[in-house]
Amino acid sequence: MGERVATRDAYGNALLKLAEINPNVVVLDADLSKSTKTTAFSKKYPERFFQMGIAEADMMATAGGLATAGKIPFASTFAIFATGRAYDQVRNTIGYSGLNVKIAATHAGITVGDDGGSHQSIEDIALMRVIPGMTILNPADATETEKLVLAAAEYESPVYIRLGREPMPGVFGEDYQPVIGKAVRLREGNAATIIATGIMVERALLAADILNQKGTTVRVVNVHTIKPLDAAEVIKAAWDTGAIVTAEEHSTIGGLGSAVAEVVVQNRPVPMEFIGIKDRFGQSGKPTELLTEYGMDPEHIVAAVEKVIGRKNS
Amino acid sequence: MLTQEQLQELTEKARQMRGHIIRMLAAAKSGHPGGSLSSVELLAYLYFHKMNIDPDHPKMPDRDRFVLSKGHAAPVLYAALAERGYFDKSHLTSLRKFKSIIQGHPDMKRTPGVDISSGSLGQGLSVGNGMALAAKLDKKNYRVYVLMGDGELEEGQVWEAAMTSVHYKLDNLTAFVDYNHLQIDGTIEEVKSLYDVPGRFRAFGWHVIEIDGHSFEALDKAVAEAEATKGRPTMVILNTCKGKGCSFMENQAGWHGMAPKPEEAALALKELGFDA
Ligand SMILES: Cc1ncc(C[n+]2csc(CCOP(=O)(O)OP(=O)(O)O)c2C)c(N)n1
Ligand SMILES: [Mg+2]
Repeated sequence: MGERVATRDAYGNALLKLAEINPNVVVLDADLSKSTKTTAFSKKYPERFFQMGIAEADMMATAGGLATAGKIPFASTFAIFATGRAYDQVRNTIGYSGLNVKIAATHAGITVGDDGGSHQSIEDIALMRVIPGMTILNPADATETEKLVLAAAEYESPVYIRLGREPMPGVFGEDYQPVIGKAVRLREGNAATIIATGIMVERALLAADILNQKGTTVRVVNVHTIKPLDAAEVIKAAWDTGAIVTAEEHSTIGGLGSAVAEVVVQNRPVPMEFIGIKDRFGQSGKPTELLTEYGMDPEHIVAAVEKVIGRKNS
Repeated sequence: MLTQEQLQELTEKARQMRGHIIRMLAAAKSGHPGGSLSSVELLAYLYFHKMNIDPDHPKMPDRDRFVLSKGHAAPVLYAALAERGYFDKSHLTSLRKFKSIIQGHPDMKRTPGVDISSGSLGQGLSVGNGMALAAKLDKKNYRVYVLMGDGELEEGQVWEAAMTSVHYKLDNLTAFVDYNHLQIDGTIEEVKSLYDVPGRFRAFGWHVIEIDGHSFEALDKAVAEAEATKGRPTMVILNTCKGKGCSFMENQAGWHGMAPKPEEAALALKELGFDA
């Protein structure tokens, strides 16, 4: 679908739409509004925007307080700070109380690029997954982001929304409508299934194209909702294709791959391979350089699929 | 000004609440008596005199809010809520027990009348700020009360939140510090001195009042002054005695997190004027 847009930009646009639809939506930011793209909202709805300064812990618990009074707060900062710096506030005030707070975490993953490893969250999905009742969304492109952000406002639950800094190719057309908790089958194939999330969805499709040219057809499933995971779709993939490769811009410990594996081993054990960051910190570099360095190019996915098919047939 | 009658009634409520605290902790065989007993007068004042609340409608949108930031003092909150009629007093002996509606630390999902879950120190002022911001946004005039411990002030988030309350001119929020000079490992001065508590909050831009935290008249005056203070939040520093009302617990760090044994509970109850 051509145009490259960062999911954080789509988030900023979605907030403007939400503001019109839902008067209870408020936005908080921690001195990163230019980067998290909440600035437009803050200018248009200054009374519904709370600048919290460089105080992420305070921001998360304040968002919790707003939620107890019926507001739908979107608390925005970088993923690394939203989950790491403010973990206890997210866990104990928002999660334990089950408050209707939306944590919009931008700059997730290694595609943050130049800023380096201190700013590249490779563990945020893992940290959020272990909080009971936390919903985790990881949209694949701008269109999916906008629709999921709108859906999240209507979804009564703490929600973690994982967003990226880097402009990425579009995957979905305007008529696409994601539903929270439902995985989306994007390609049919029978040799294996690639289950991908976030920016890895487009890369999974590219990998499927390469495999197709080589005469191998694979199913591609987009998991925009990592929790609650669409277990039925995962189990189906295991039954139908007998091999699974997961792909995520996150540590292979505790993220999408782990979540899928937990379902697979309990229901229909099949060989699996994991594309993601292999227990390393990030580093400075261009997003493309880093994706190659960390083994997350379409070619890497292709190799993983071929490996998993080999194991399936051995 | 409190009438003589109101004063008597509040004094009796405080006595009843202390009795509940001792009995519930003895039944639980664990929990935090010291910091519960030091906050009794404040909660008695708020729940039986000040706050606009309705036990039959615990979620009433326009109600005043109370945030027990020092969540380990849950027994004093449960004593107030039960005495005020949010739930039957028979629940009190189930404190900390499996499936109880009154958990070891406040849980808003299980206990009617608890406005926010707490237990991890340092977060309540931020939560109270959020409630106060929502009130301003909705042009409602409910008030938000937040109680923190003095040891709790060692948490950095308290000071982040203290900046937020002032920045947003949250004059609909009144915060309290239970200044009992004790935490777990010793006195505040030993563990990590706070030096000038009122001076610190003043420097952050708060209106600060220092009072005897066990005096209903002083509480009444301070809360009225807070309400009349516009454009900034008010911090009421409650000079208190940890373990107040139980001779052998008073000013003893050891009674922070230890339940009285049956004979100790009996002695405490006798001192409070209860038969058994
Ligand atoms: C974040 C956090 N760290 C540690 C604790 C354990 N803890 C419970 S009570 C307490 C001491 C609190 O002292 P203070 O705030 O003075 O309370 P009070 O004297 O009123 O009981 C500590 C360290 C906690 N509950 N939360
Ligand atoms: Mg203390």
